[in-house]
Amino acid sequence: MPLSVKHLLGIEDLTVDDINLILNTSQSFKEISARPIKKVPTLRGKSVINLFYEPSTRTRASFEIAAKRLGADAVNFSVATSSVTKGESLIDTGNNLQSMNPDIIVVRHSAAGAPHLLAQYSKYASIVNAGDGMHEHPTQALLDALTILDHKKKIADLKVAIVGDIAHSRVARSNALLLGKMGAEVWVCGPPTLIPVEFEQYGVTVTYHMKEALQGADVVMMLRTQRERQQEVFYPSVKEYFALYGLERKKMKWPKKSAIVMHPGPINRGVEIDPELADGEYSVILEQVTNGVAVRMAVLFLLLGTSEESEQ
Amino acid sequence: MTLLLKGGTVVDPGQKLKKKRDLLVEKGRVAALGEIRAKKSWEVVDARGWIVAPGFVDMHVHLREPGREDKETILTGSQAAAAGGFTSVMCMPNTQPVNDSEAITRFILERARRAGWVNVSPAGAITKRLEGEELAEIGEMVKAGVVAITDDGNPVANNQIMRRALEYAKIFDIPVVDHCEDRHLAAGGLMNEGADSTRLGLRGMNRTAEELHVARDIMLSRITGARVHVAHISTKESLSWVRQAKKQGIAVTCEVTPHHFILHDGDIKNYDTNFKMKPPLRTLSDVRAMLEGLSDGTIDCIATDHAPHTRLEKETTFEEAANGIIGMETAVSLAWEFLIRRDTVSISRLVELFSTNPDRILKLGRGTLEEGAIADITVIDPNCEIMVDATKFRSKSRNCPFHGWRLHGAPVMTIVRGKIVYQRVR
Repeated sequence: MPLSVKHLLGIEDLTVDDINLILNTSQSFKEISARPIKKVPTLRGKSVINLFYEPSTRTRASFEIAAKRLGADAVNFSVATSSVTKGESLIDTGNNLQSMNPDIIVVRHSAAGAPHLLAQYSKYASIVNAGDGMHEHPTQALLDALTILDHKKKIADLKVAIVGDIAHSRVARSNALLLGKMGAEVWVCGPPTLIPVEFEQYGVTVTYHMKEALQGADVVMMLRTQRERQQEVFYPSVKEYFALYGLERKKMKWPKKSAIVMHPGPINRGVEIDPELADGEYSVILEQVTNGVAVRMAVLFLLLGTSEESEQ
Repeated sequence: MTLLLKGGTVVDPGQKLKKKRDLLVEKGRVAALGEIRAKKSWEVVDARGWIVAPGFVDMHVHLREPGREDKETILTGSQAAAAGGFTSVMCMPNTQPVNDSEAITRFILERARRAGWVNVSPAGAITKRLEGEELAEIGEMVKAGVVAITDDGNPVANNQIMRRALEYAKIFDIPVVDHCEDRHLAAGGLMNEGADSTRLGLRGMNRTAEELHVARDIMLSRITGARVHVAHISTKESLSWVRQAKKQGIAVTCEVTPHHFILHDGDIKNYDTNFKMKPPLRTLSDVRAMLEGLSDGTIDCIATDHAPHTRLEKETTFEEAANGIIGMETAVSLAWEFLIRRDTVSISRLVELFSTNPDRILKLGRGTLEEGAIADITVIDPNCEIMVDATKFRSKSRNCPFHGWRLHGAPVMTIVRGKIVYQRVR
């Protein structure tokens, strides 16, 4: 069964079957990364271009490693080294890259909808959204789901609290969509200045009080305070933010004992999370990173599988 | 040349007329109305089944000249106006350089005269360079030919300066046109703030950013007695401010664009930048409020905010794309389809919205077909079916969200000062 989409632009476009397919495929790819020789020839002869208009360390490396472990060739274009700095437009850059016949273009851009624009102009290559502005970051939500599954064996009916800067977070949107589709009970929490209007449309409960969000939670997902996206002042000080919305040990009495703590990274230690908790017994933050590779392998594999059904 | 429009229905709310009448045009003026027998030497147009109305006025267009002739020129903009059924347009002052002086006003008028298609009346800037700080030489511009003042896209933020502008405008009895937007509250928003902006991850612009300025302008009009005209009104609450103010006798008028009474934020699909404009597309309930305002008289006129942009400025991300769409060549058909065919307003009311009222607000003296009046005439075929094809527009630009739409009712003939400047090929 192939994916229902040609491009991975957002969780919004995926069916529950698509999500399950990606997660199941990811499970089977995890094992490859545990081998001494971490490479299979599944996507040999395929090329993947990572087109990154925003700085990224983990996501880009994760996509590159994922492509290489499946035997594909991966090329990285980042904003500082490409002709983008010479004023080439996104569409031109996309068309130029398309002319080199890549199979997949992974794109990260500060503008919402940039991957959609590339997809409109793409005749052949599949576009993978690696984060577009404040819109979506689908592979992050998928790797988060995989990590939750590892620990909880299911997603439906879990209470998941997403805490922090919801307004500027593509991770929050993709997770709210995915977790909602999979039947979790999602709470989002942050100061009213950082909760976008009508976020309830995702079927989530919004609260400004961390205790309400964390009470009885199975999963606590902390978000990074995205200072680079904030054009105004949304809270008086980091100290006050941390007191209200930072995750510290004393607040861990509210979630379930078995709760896990997640964070999409990079962590602002001491701003949204106590450093001790980030490394502590609840934390699955590094497992998320590990799962990122498996999920991206699955995504690359399945997208290429939909264009050529023979590759099994 | 003597021209006889024979057998059409003349709709002229100015003289409370909506009857089958022949209309004779001689020496650029309406020579007679009634049952007129054609003479051999006259040019006779068979207008049976058509609506013959006083020339339509689009009081909100951007012709981009001087400065951005790659987007539009006074010539191409005038041709687009003629093809859209407009005999007069008011062009906004945000050109490069800004129309904040007698010299630029004269330049625009001279270009328009040479183009010779439609009447172009410039709006002058309220403040020098549209910076919102010092008043422009309004009197000099009025002398040269501006019919209103506005800082359009850069609304005057300082309330005292706005008050002074209103007071000053009273000398000349010209309206002060305001693009109502509180820049701080708008906060760089890319679309209406709501469920869709959240879903699309696009910065939202709160509707109150418009409403605050509408309320402010009304209050300033109340204390100054000056005429205020709210450009492209777009929210339900803005309209209710205007409705209330009119009841109190405050000198406020307003216009709405076709896109704000037809489209809403949920229509933004796949980050299509032809749906990006200011004010942004609002909600379905605002669209309903606009239709109500059109029918109950709160809204005075329909204007297009024709805003041409090059492909480069639109074929990009939603965030980076320029604000605005073109509208002169679609407005009349859109209004016919969505207002007349859906029984929102009467044909007489439509003519008021497109001609009588904007003419009265700008004091152009061209919004009637009384005998002796200047013969600016818009002729509409209510049964003409068109398919909007942006590639065929006279405008230099193509940024139109209605491309491919099928509409009924279209301008078939545009007459300016007795001269046919546009005739639809049958």
